Amino acid sequence: MLKYLFARNEDIPHGTSAVYFGISSIMWFVIGTGLGSFNAAKLAFPDFVTGSELFSFGHMRQVHVMAVIFGWISMAFAMAMMYITPALGNTRLWSEKLGVWNCFLWNFGLSLALTLLWAGMSSGREYSDFPWFIDLVILFGIVAPLGLNVWMTVLKRRTQGIYTTNWFFLAGTFMVFIVLLVGNTPEYFQLTGLTEAYLTWWFAHNVLGLWITPVAAAIAYYTIPKITGNPLYSHRIGHLHFWSVVVFYSTPAAHHLMSAPLPEWLKSFASVEGVLILVPAIAFVSNLLLTMTGKWHYFVDNVETKFTITGVLLAIPLNMQGGFQQTRAINWYIHGTGWIVAHAHLALLGFSTFLEGAAVYYGLQTILRRKLYSLALANFHFWFLLIGFSIYWISMTIAGLIQGAGKIYEVPYIDVVIAEHPYMIARWVGGTMVFTGNCVWLYNMWMTARAGTVIPAGRLPHELAYER
Amino acid sequence: MAFREYKIGARLFGLALGGSMMITLYMPSLNIVEVASTETGLRKGLSYGRVGGFSVEDPFLQGEGKPKTVMLSQDPSTGQAIEPVYAYVYEAGTPFTSSIRHPRILGAGVKDLSLEQGRIGEANQASGAVFVVAEGSWNGESVSYIENATATRNWSPDAVLSAAGDANTRYIGSGKIMFVREGCWWCHTLLPEETQDWQVFGVPPRLGDYNSESPTAFGSDRKAPDLLHVGSRNSSREWMMMHFFNPRLVQPHSIMPRYDYLWGDNDAAGNRIDFVQWRNEYNAYVSGARVYPPEVPEPAADSEARYLIDFVLSLK
Ligand code: HEC
Ligand code: HEM
Repeated sequence: MLKYLFARNEDIPHGTSAVYFGISSIMWFVIGTGLGSFNAAKLAFPDFVTGSELFSFGHMRQVHVMAVIFGWISMAFAMAMMYITPALGNTRLWSEKLGVWNCFLWNFGLSLALTLLWAGMSSGREYSDFPWFIDLVILFGIVAPLGLNVWMTVLKRRTQGIYTTNWFFLAGTFMVFIVLLVGNTPEYFQLTGLTEAYLTWWFAHNVLGLWITPVAAAIAYYTIPKITGNPLYSHRIGHLHFWSVVVFYSTPAAHHLMSAPLPEWLKSFASVEGVLILVPAIAFVSNLLLTMTGKWHYFVDNVETKFTITGVLLAIPLNMQGGFQQTRAINWYIHGTGWIVAHAHLALLGFSTFLEGAAVYYGLQTILRRKLYSLALANFHFWFLLIGFSIYWISMTIAGLIQGAGKIYEVPYIDVVIAEHPYMIARWVGGTMVFTGNCVWLYNMWMTARAGTVIPAGRLPHELAYER
Repeated sequence: MAFREYKIGARLFGLALGGSMMITLYMPSLNIVEVASTETGLRKGLSYGRVGGFSVEDPFLQGEGKPKTVMLSQDPSTGQAIEPVYAYVYEAGTPFTSSIRHPRILGAGVKDLSLEQGRIGEANQASGAVFVVAEGSWNGESVSYIENATATRNWSPDAVLSAAGDANTRYIGSGKIMFVREGCWWCHTLLPEETQDWQVFGVPPRLGDYNSESPTAFGSDRKAPDLLHVGSRNSSREWMMMHFFNPRLVQPHSIMPRYDYLWGDNDAAGNRIDFVQWRNEYNAYVSGARVYPPEVPEPAADSEARYLIDFVLSLK
């Protein structure tokens, strides 16, 4: 990697930055889920590793969250953008060199940021936990160069229109910049009180809604038509999806603070807008499932399709939960319980991770021109992810319902803790399965790069038969 | 431009995003700036100091650069006995809490009284100041406001601290830092819910309870009791001490982590704490080989454990 940092742009092979981003994202995925599994063990067995400040739950918890969001998910996004954007514009990435630097600074910056956070250097604001000077580095050192590369690539495209995936990439990189800029104002300017509390959740909501959700969906808009060979079912529904994300997903931030003392109109407004998130969700899911028409055998035969479609299918329960759990009628019961943790993992570990997984699987094969090393290992990865996630989701949902009941019937808190214990253990088992699957994935991708069958010129990876 | 075909789209996009920001950022801010601080809000802001998370004066969250809260029952400048009052002492150089620097965030009324009667505009950060919360009336309503006792009563930070003594001094601001750094808010909330928490966890917060606090650290997922009013449920220092050292001493089923490392190296008497021996004895107790658990060492006066306990007990 260091070799290319100082090479001339023309000398860097096409796709280099995408490969770096792809491999880095898998490594962060392994680290991030390993941390998650460690945290889960601590919640099940509080005396597992004690006596050290660094390994206490309070220090480790957010390192997991930030590692998976900024390491795994966002780097997989960057990898997808680095190869899909040029492919759709029939051109090369605007600057491969900027891409390589971007990846290098990202890895370096994130490692530093996570180390500091781990040591306790936190702003005390959930999801914007990094102190403000790190936020500025992320904004101008990581997000801005990524956005610049994507935007310039689209501007320099050699096709006439812009395909759906690229709308989302363009809008996503732009919106996440704005969200980071505005969402961190409480830290730059030391805003206080309700303004701070509200902006914290404004940030948390929008970074999920205007970055993770749309960009993950954009990946599916690429992989499904590309692999199955079917054109996208409807460009118009794509429009509906895009516009309703911008309008409905950017407004319900206050639904995270339904029981906080915020202005009542704001909470009601947020909650109505929150239900309307079902519009982009239904548009997205139906569009992609209809694109599969006649090609459903790929769901079974082809790993990337399996991942993508699973992600799309998981968007259904995700958005049904999301739309309704934030209304006043339901929120009072499940607010602040394990139900929400289950929901967060359904969004990030379910829906979005499966889509990013597809992008990384497919992208690495395409750019390296090597067929996946082992189908068996890929299937192992898929099933460990899916079963592990399901155990996680089911156990935490049950734990959440128990907590909700405890809250209403005024059960002494410690009895709730005791009742949740088996589910905490189950969550740890499920999460550890995910982690195990990821270690296998890392091995599989590594072997693909070294020993995968070379794909002949003019062929696509999924056209070749698997060998192992 | 390569976006020729997308002229309308690009404009609509700006309009949509701008509109959404207008509704979700600008309009709520109009409401929020109008909120006047309650007495609780004033006391929190004054006792926590400038920032409760990362800040330039305290980059590693050690609890530095924070005010001290003292209980005074004697006037430090005249020596006369007075009604006990809480004084918030900002020693020379300690950054002032936001409401002193920008009185506007106190909200109408509170701001006017604090500036006119409380003379907070005269407070000087470089030489330090002592604040108290006073009662006044504004437009016929009784309102709490901040009084700069250094200006109005001639109380200097040092005189107040020595008049009160360590026994009456609380490190609430530094304790809030510990609360944030140690991630207590990943398990505990500071937000009883409006719908059903009144009975068990107490009154939900009101709009004006936070005006000068940052971060508010409400917490979003609750695996443990709400702490906003924990000091009124349980005010025993002894219990807190044992519970933080090892929660399983007082609550065998607790999943709360041990915070024994907040004790530092030495206990209150200056003796070295032997954690290894403590653990061995505790393990023997758990396995039934000992009848009583080992004694929990008394935290030193400047230990992080003491800061944290001061903070937790201040949550009334
Ligand atoms: C892993 C989750 C977890 C973390 C982190 C945690 N606690 Fe707890 N805490 C609990 C649980 C569970 C209980 C209830 C059982 C008990 O009393 O130990 C509790 C109880 C308490 C109580 C008693 C509450 C009452 O209603 O009497 C206090 C006070 C407290 N914790 C303070 C803290 C502080 C301060 C921190 C940070 C240094 C902290 N906790 C970190 C889980 C946690
Ligand atoms: C890509 C995969 C993952 C992503 C994106 C992810 C994301 C998140 C997020 C966003 C949270 C915060 C939830 C909230 O505040 O409501 C969280 C918490 C957590 N995650 Fe994950 N996670 C992933 C995988 C895992 C795995 C494999 C485990 C292993 C068990 C795990 C264990 C945990 C635990 C224990 C918490 C703390 C929950 C709590 O505080 O109650 N996560 N994760």
